[in-house]
Amino acid sequence: MPLTDSLRDDLLATVPSLRAFAISLSGNADRADDLVQETLLRALANIDSFQPGSNLPAWLFTILRNLFRSDYRKRRREVEDADGVYASTLKSQPAQNAHLEFEEFRAALDKLPQDQREALILVGASGFSYEDAAAICGCAVGTIKSRVNRARTKLSALLYVEGAGDFGPDDTVRAVIGSGKG
Amino acid sequence: MKDSKPQAARAPKGGLNTEIQARIGHQLRAMYDDVVRQGVPERFAELIRKLDAPGVQSGADGVAPAGDDMSANDKQGRD
Repeated sequence: MPLTDSLRDDLLATVPSLRAFAISLSGNADRADDLVQETLLRALANIDSFQPGSNLPAWLFTILRNLFRSDYRKRRREVEDADGVYASTLKSQPAQNAHLEFEEFRAALDKLPQDQREALILVGASGFSYEDAAAICGCAVGTIKSRVNRARTKLSALLYVEGAGDFGPDDTVRAVIGSGKG
Repeated sequence: MKDSKPQAARAPKGGLNTEIQARIGHQLRAMYDDVVRQGVPERFAELIRKLDAPGVQSGADGVAPAGDDMSANDKQGRD
């Protein structure tokens, strides 16, 4: 099947969320855009195998997710520059407090096991159904559900239980107060 | 703006606090949507255009006819 106008439009329309998925997975904007590029090239090269009328975003996300996982295995030993590169690409820098909160969230997300992180992003941010997410990840629906639950539990522990300081003075302030009181 | 209200500092026991869950969901979508709102970078729009051109095979580079032939059939798929 040739690349029709409508298919081309659908591809373009999926690019923004593909990028968001790639950045959420990798934490690195440059790497994410390379992933998106490779995904598009692969999709276009294999466009014959795409069934018209089936879920194009799910198909593209599957390609990107598989590319990321094979890429990740190769690169896991390399330096991860999660926060800096990603934050610097944002068009609108959030206000300072929001920005700190954002960095904390990003760091916590990066601490999740990869299976849980991708499941959470697909369901919680990309808006895929559990069924679609399971197809993208090549696992059972129940597995996706349990990964999402574990991801939420772990994030909540990282952000709101262990880091109880979120709601009080931060470490620096506490250190100053602490040293004042002896 | 720091008001350290004691209400939020309570850790959930057993099940997940719905307020915390809502907050995590919100942060996750905020992070994601920030990128979605950036739209389609020209790099990708051009890639899809180029490979759409008849007779052009998917090469890594140097396949662009380098013309400004966008006026005729450049359809912006925006709404």
